[in-house]
Parts: sequence; C-alpha cells; structure tokens
Amino acid sequence: MINFVTPTLDYALLAPILIVLAGALVGVLVEAFAPRNSRAASQLFITLATLVLSLASLIRVRGKSSTAAAMDSVSFDGAGMLLQASILIIAIIAVFLLADQENFTALAAALPGSDEERTSLQQDLKVTEVYPLTLFAVAGMLLFPLATDLITLFVALEMLSLPLYLLAGLSRRRRLMSQEAALKYFLLGAFASAFFLMGVAYLYGYSASTTFAGIHAAVIGGAGNDIYLLLGIAFISVGLLFKVGAVPFHAWSPDVYQGAPTAVTAFMAAATKVAAFGAMLRIFYVSFAEALWQWRPALIAIALVTMVFGSLVAIAQRDVKRMLAYSSIAHAGFLLSGVIALNKSGLDASIFYLFAYGVATVGAFGVVTLVRDSAGEVTDLNRWSGLGKRSPWVATAFSGFLLAFAGIPLTSGFIGKFSIFSAAYESGSTAILITGVLSSAIAAFFYIRVIVLMFFKDPVEDGTSVVIPSIYTQITIIVSAVVTFALGIYPTPLINFIQSTASFLR
Amino acid sequence: MVTNNGLVYLIALPLFGALSLLLLGRRADKWGHLLATALSASSFAVGLLQLSQMLGRATENRPVTQKLFSWISVGSFKVDASLLLDQLSICFVLLITGVGTLIHIYSISYMSHDHDRRRFFAYLNLFIAAMLLLVLGDSYLNLYVGWEGVGLASYLLIGFWNQKPAYATASKKAFVMNRIGDMGLSFAIMIAFASLGTVSFTGVKEHAHHASEATMTAIGIMLLVAAVGKSAQFPLQAWLGDAMAGPTPVSALIHAATMVTAGVYLIVRSNFVFDAAPTAQLLVVIVGAITLMFGALVGTAKDDIKKALAASTMSQIGYMILGAGLGPAGYAFAIMHLLTHGFFKAGMFLGAGSVMHGMNDEVNMRRYGALRKFMPITFITFGFGYLAIIGVPPFAGFYSKDMLIETAFNSGGTKAILLGSTALLGAAITAFYMTRVMILTFTSTKRWDDNQHPHESPILMWLPMAILAIGSVTSGFLLSRGSALKNWLEPLFESHGEHEELLSPMVVSSLALLMVALGVAIAVMKYQLSDVDAVAPQDVSIFTRIARRDLLQDDINEALFMRPGQVLTAALVKVDESVVDGAVRGIGQMAISSGSTLRRTQTGFVRSYAMLILVGAAVLIAAIWVVTQ
Repeated sequence: MINFVTPTLDYALLAPILIVLAGALVGVLVEAFAPRNSRAASQLFITLATLVLSLASLIRVRGKSSTAAAMDSVSFDGAGMLLQASILIIAIIAVFLLADQENFTALAAALPGSDEERTSLQQDLKVTEVYPLTLFAVAGMLLFPLATDLITLFVALEMLSLPLYLLAGLSRRRRLMSQEAALKYFLLGAFASAFFLMGVAYLYGYSASTTFAGIHAAVIGGAGNDIYLLLGIAFISVGLLFKVGAVPFHAWSPDVYQGAPTAVTAFMAAATKVAAFGAMLRIFYVSFAEALWQWRPALIAIALVTMVFGSLVAIAQRDVKRMLAYSSIAHAGFLLSGVIALNKSGLDASIFYLFAYGVATVGAFGVVTLVRDSAGEVTDLNRWSGLGKRSPWVATAFSGFLLAFAGIPLTSGFIGKFSIFSAAYESGSTAILITGVLSSAIAAFFYIRVIVLMFFKDPVEDGTSVVIPSIYTQITIIVSAVVTFALGIYPTPLINFIQSTASFLR
Repeated sequence: MVTNNGLVYLIALPLFGALSLLLLGRRADKWGHLLATALSASSFAVGLLQLSQMLGRATENRPVTQKLFSWISVGSFKVDASLLLDQLSICFVLLITGVGTLIHIYSISYMSHDHDRRRFFAYLNLFIAAMLLLVLGDSYLNLYVGWEGVGLASYLLIGFWNQKPAYATASKKAFVMNRIGDMGLSFAIMIAFASLGTVSFTGVKEHAHHASEATMTAIGIMLLVAAVGKSAQFPLQAWLGDAMAGPTPVSALIHAATMVTAGVYLIVRSNFVFDAAPTAQLLVVIVGAITLMFGALVGTAKDDIKKALAASTMSQIGYMILGAGLGPAGYAFAIMHLLTHGFFKAGMFLGAGSVMHGMNDEVNMRRYGALRKFMPITFITFGFGYLAIIGVPPFAGFYSKDMLIETAFNSGGTKAILLGSTALLGAAITAFYMTRVMILTFTSTKRWDDNQHPHESPILMWLPMAILAIGSVTSGFLLSRGSALKNWLEPLFESHGEHEELLSPMVVSSLALLMVALGVAIAVMKYQLSDVDAVAPQDVSIFTRIARRDLLQDDINEALFMRPGQVLTAALVKVDESVVDGAVRGIGQMAISSGSTLRRTQTGFVRSYAMLILVGAAVLIAAIWVVTQ
C-alpha cells in the first residue's frame, strides 16, 4: 500500500504566481471566444490587471517567509519576493510596449511572403496571443527564482522559455529573420536544457536528493562522490549561464535580440535576466556555498571573459539592437560578480542592479521601437545620426539609458555598478574589480559614441524619423527614465529596503 | 563644522539657468543669454557674500557645510550629498563665477551671429554648475559627480560647432583621454572605500596617518592619473590642443581658467594623501616638470594663435602641478599661480577671440601682423596678460611664478636643483614663445590680404578683457602682499617646518628676470627685427618639425594605444563572426551560390553556436576539475 500524502499548499503565498497563471488562462479563453476586434483592448486590460493584482497580492504577503508553502519545492523569503516584485514591475512597464501592435506580425501562422500573409495584413489582423504568452512567461519567471527543488527549477525554466521562443518569432517586418531567431533560440535553449537536466541527474547521484537543502546537507557532510558534485555544478551552470547570456554561452543573444520583435526583446532582455540571475543566486548561495573553492575560480574566469568580450565586441556593432545585445552580455559579466561575491552585500547589490538594469533596458528598447522609416524600425546606427536634432526628447531619453548602462553618476547604473563591484572586492576578488572598471570604461566609449552620433552628427536624409510615440510607449519610456534617474540621485530608500529585506531561507 | 544653508544657491542658480534654457527651447532665444549671464552673476554675488561672512569668522570656524540629502547608504558605507565651502573652495568659487560671468558677457557679443546662442549659454551655465559642484563636494564621490559633469559640459562645448567633422573628432579625443583620467579617479575612490571605509575628505584625512603607505601611494597615484587626464598633463596632454576647436570663450573659460585646473585642485585638496605618500608626491613633481617643458617647447612652434595659447596653458598648469607636488610649501603658491593664471590666460584667450573676430576667424598668426593700430584695446589688454605670463614685475605672473621657482629650488636635495633649473628654463622659453605670439600678432609687419578689414571689437567684448587685464596687473601683488593667500590657506595644510634655503628670493628673482629677458631678446631678434613668412617655412630643422607635430604626441598615442586597440577589437570581432562560424559560413556561401535560401546558413550558425556551448561546457568542467585536484 503506497502512502499518498495530500499536498498542502499555502495559497496566500503562492497567489502572485497563481494569479498570473489564471490571467493567462483567461487570456486564452478570450482568444477563443471573444470577437476579433475587441480582443486587443480586452487582452491589454486583462494582462495589466493580472500583473497589478499579482503585485498587490505580493505586497500583501511581504515580510512572510516559508519553505513549506508548496511541499518544500519553493521557498518564500525576502530575496525571492524582491526578485518577484522586480519581475512584475518590469513586466508591467514592458507590456505597454506590446500594446503597440505595429511590432507584431498580423498572422503568425502565415508563411512569410505568401498571399495569406498579404491578406492578413490587409485585413489588419492582430496577434493578440502575445498577451497570454507573456503572462505564461511571467508566471515561469516568478517561479524560477523561488524554486528550491531542481525539478521545480527545471519546470519553471521551461515555463518561462517556451513562450519566449514563440514570441521571438512574431516580428512584423523581416519575418524570416525573426523566425530564424525563434528557431535558433529554441534549439539552443533545448540544448542548454539538456545540460541542465544532466546536471540535475549528477546532483541527484551525488546527494540522493533534488532539493537545495538536501544538496547543501550533502556538500557539508562531504560523503558523496565529489566528481558527481563537480559535474553537477558545471552542467547546471551551463544551463543557467546560457539563460543569462554569459560567454561562451552567449552566441544566441545577438541574433535573437536582433530578430525578435523589439517589444519582446525588451521584455525578454530585462525580465529573463532578473529571473535567471535570481535562480542562480539562490542555488549558488544556498546549495553550493560550501563548495565555493571548486566553482568560484571557473565562474570568476567566465565573468571576466564575459565583461571584456561583451564590451569589446559591442564597439564594432553597427546595429543598435545587436549593440544592446552585446551590452547585455557585458552586463551579465558584471552581474556574475554578485554571484561570485557570495556575501550579503553581493546579494543586495545584485538585486538592485537587476532591477535598475531591467528598467533601463526596457526603456532603451522602447526608444528603439520609435525610430522608423516606411519599412519599419531602423536599427542601423548610421541612420540614427542627427536624431537629437530632430527629436531631442527621444534622443535625450535614450542617452539617459545609455549613460545608465555606462554607469555614469546620477543614473541608477552608477549605484548598481559601484555596489556590485564593492561587494566583489569585499569578498576578495580584486581581479573582478579591476576588469570590471576597465571594461566599463571601454563600454562607456561605445555608449557615448551613440550619443555623439545622435547629437553631433547631421541628420541623414533617408526617411528615417521618429514616429510620434503612442501613449503606451510614452508611458514605458517616461516611467523607465524617471526610475533610472531617481535611483541614481536618491537610491537610499530602495537600498535600505533591499538591505533589510533580502535574504535567502535555507 | 558650521552649517550654512546658502551654499546650495551657488550651484542651483546656474543649474536653473541651464535647465530652463534647454527646456524652453526656442522660446527663450530672445532673452536666454541675458538670463544665463544674470544667473552666473548672482552666483558670483552669493560667492562674495559667503566670502564676507567667512572673513568675519574665526579661522577655525571658517569652513561651512550644507547637507543636501543622504545619497548612498549601503551597509556601513554612507555618502551624503553635502557641500563644503572652505578657504580653498572659496578661491575657486570666486574664480569660476567671476571669470565665468565675464565670459558670459563677452559671449553675448561674440556669439551674437550664432543662431544657437541660447543653447551655448545653457551649456555655459551647465558648466558653471558642474564646476562649482566639483569644488564644493565634500567627498571624493561628490567631487566625481562634478568631475563627470564638467567633462560632459566641456564635451558639449568643444563640439558645439559640430557641423565640422574635425571638431566632432576633437571632442571625441578629449572625451576618450578624459575617460582614462576618470577611471583613475574611480579607482582612487574604490581603493579608499575598500581600505579606509570612507570617501569623504575629512574621513580620508583622519585615516591617512594610520593607513599603510602602500595604500596611500595607490590612492595618490590614481588621483594623479585623474589629475593628469583632466588637466592635460603629460602623458595625457594630447587633447587640449584639439579642444581649441570649440568657440573661443569656451577655450578661455574651460580650457584656460577653470576646468583644466581641476587636477591642481584635486591634488591640493588631497594634500593629506600626498603628504602620506612620498612616492606619489614625487611622481606629481615629475609630471609637472615634464609638462611645463613639453608645453613650452610645443608653444614655440605653433602658428595657430589658440594652439599656441593652449600649449602655454599646458605648460603653466605644469608649473601648478609642480608646485602642488612640492608639498605644504608649494600648495599655496600652486593655487596662487592658478588664480593669477585664471586672470591673464582667460584675458589672452578673449583677446585672441577678439583678434579672430576682427580677422574673419583667421587663426594663423603668420597671417596677422601690425594689428596694434587696428585693435588698440585688444593690444593693450592682451599685452598686460603677456607681461603677466612671462613674469615681469609688478604684473601678476611675476609674483606667483617666482614663488614656485623659489619653492622648487628650496625643496631640498639634488631634486631641488633639477626642478628649479627646469622651472627657470621653462620661464625663458615661455618668454620666448609669448613674445613671438605678441610680435607676430600685433607689432610685426602686416601680412594679411587686403580683403581683411581688422577692427576693434564691440564694448561687450572688450570690457571683460579690460577687467581681466586689471586682474592680470594687480592680482599677484594683492594675493602675495603680506603672504595674504598663504596665510589664508595655511589652516588647511599640515606644515612640515621650513626647508633649508638654497637660494635667497633675491637671487631667484634676478635669475628669473635674466632668463625672461633672454627669451624676449631672442624672440625680438628672430621675429621683430627680421621678416616673417606668411606661410610657415618647410625647410626647418627636425626639432622644429617635431615641435610642430606636438612632439609627436599623436604619433605615439596612435602607435602605442590606438593601433593595438583596433587590432584587438578587430581580432575579437573576427573570432566571433568569422573564425567561429568560419567553416560554416563557407558552407553557407556554397549553399547560397547553389541557389538555396539563407536558411541553411542559419542552421549552420545554430550548429556552430551549439558547438561553442559544448566546448564551453567542456572547458568549464576541465577548469573546475583542475581547481578541485
């Protein structure tokens, strides 16, 4: 007779995730039953309402913590809730970009260049499926940094990845490129997932457990076969490093960033980073902390290579989306220093950095959606010259985001970089500090080059122009810009809040 | 320390001007320049008020602070956004706002034909605000904000006439070189935080005695790198000459009187660091000595009037850095030379602008000549500046430079003789090239075409020049009378007792005047008494050629940094784009040529990406393995 234990679930704590999942399902129902022309508005409303509700329910349970809310498979604690809140806020800001349907293909199933596609464009169809897909991805992201069980972690990983693969292929212009990007992302994502699963298997072999606590206990006990632990850590890291886009697992990101619809890129670049780094911080801080002498040197090497590579290659980019992709690779390197630091200030700094970087990224890609010619977005940097003369506000906002990426004082990026490098230095990684500051200096060069291009070069007369931003895009850009500068000028309240809240439950 | 809530107005007034002019846009075109000038002047008035209050307080109560808000508080690390006004910063506040206001007035007329004059004034106000923040910050981090701010303003102003590509390039060069300096500053801040746990001036000062000398040396060297970048000192001097592309008032304000002296401020402000780190201090002196000769030598070969003045600025700041590196004995004199230099160099730059204004923007001195008759006021004001810079008594430069040379001679050891002689030789060369500028421009025979109609500039332009000329005459005497400035600044520095006296003041003064006379005499023989070609002669010695090319600074930069950097970047891009997918792209090319779609190439890309992941994973495992063993 098998004893079946009824699962006990703490619904109040799980509510933020469940609300998003429910919202996504309602979205699917709307797709199935609502008349076509009312879908766009209702989907936008449902999505926003879901996210706001989820955020509200998260705020309601703030301060609570529990490891037993879902049968030990997730852990609710300060750090997890901060990461969840960051993901939700970034998602809310990014959803406004989705509302600008100019970005998406009219009918995802139509072959590029086919008659069907032309008809769908003429009929002015809209793929409103993007909303439920986004919500599914958000649900996965909310679960990802909370998971304390390798199986749950894997489910969350797939849950957040699969909708993103689809979303990446929905671009309205240059559809072949977009679909290729989606397929590429999917194939490589599957490949990385395989590594991840193999890591899970090895860790199970090592500790006879799939929970973080069990692995932690085995590491402390030191009873298992160290080779399994080593392989487990390495393979799990490959899966996670792929998601954050660290060198040498970065190759997908420039292609996917470029190919995906810009609104999707914005959401993906910002929110995925928060979720993936959240999960990475948790597993390394909770399970592998005592084995740090084994993984730390390798991770330091990866962080250094990632920073330098991302910064240097970004210099040579002529496409704004690819440039931002390489910049995000460099930022992945900076963020890895928070994982390597393995101390409280490293955790605090990482959370601050993730939020600040995420918001600035959404804003920057929001600006990219505005620069267009008759054939769609213009991402060739040469054609951005003189933008500041024609659209000073848009160019100024973009400059602000770039300055934040560069880590110039009075922007959130400066505070983030400062605290994360300090934390790494505190933990003894001088190499990280020096390389980090050096590659930030290199990176500043190409960010500033774009600013120079926009403000100091003459406009080219080739039909490139900034469209009048829709109210939705305006909200995204203004909110992102305000947050970016506010966190640069007066970050203390948020930093204090993170310091008093952020911690991982074991 | 005494709290004073008025300090913020010093910065807020010009900042308000900058923001409102930028935000209002074309609507402010009619009156924007007047608002900007008025705000700069009111900031100056606030500065004067502060000075009078400060004079009324006892010495130990003179510094005042104002806490604006708590900026960063990460764990034990707290930085308030606070301002500090003490005897040192008040000197800078008055220099920045005073000279700044004069240059605002001058620019009203100078830029009157530019349709973007409002934007220009907005940037000028922005610069004033940032520079004030730099000198008023009470911690290295607050200083850093101002430091980046003046960099930005300088960059915007150099590139103001950015329709010309050369100008845009110049502003870029200035930016890159400044970034190297900025990196030094951020390193210094991080080292200070990591090892001392504080970044405020008072905090670092308290720890300076207990910290190891190695730490202080590291901080000191990084601060020196910062100063070298911002103040165009050797080896990061190359940007200053190119920065002359900006409008002339900008050169006068930013690249002569204020921003480029920020390095001197940083070193003097960090006196406690350098006093505890003799190695770093020695480096400061060496940098100063090299630059003062470097600038002077470049100055002898320049035909462009602004570039000649820029070389001279570099050289004069070299004097200040030298003084600042001589420790407590030199700090006050470095600041004194900085102040007098602010007057005479700004005046001469405005004079150069006035000449260009009357000569259709011609900058080549070989096409000037005999302008004395056509621009008498410019001639006289420029002439006062000239007498001040070469150090003729009783003009300002005589007092300040003389003190620096004297301090160098009396700094002890063989070092003293070397430094003193360098400073003395520099004075001779300065006299030579400045006399050359003076002769070529004003007194030699006419060498311009007949379609030029040189004329005197309007009153709004010559009035600031006249006021600065008065400063060039009197400031040295006023500041050194009864060691006024030295006593004023004394409480900020820890004196180490007097050094032995190698040469008496009288001897030094006589020697200096002798050298100056020598330099002037050679220049007069070479340029006044013989004919000058309107086109620069090409059959000149190798030394002249090297000097004309700024002692090969660009060639060296290019060979040492630019090319390897470009090669490295290109190589990395190649690795990413061709080597990694090289084989695949080959197949892809075949696929395209055989009529297939791009798709197959893309499949290939995925394969190569996957390969990369696989190899990466293998390397990762190997690395962890090696570490574990």
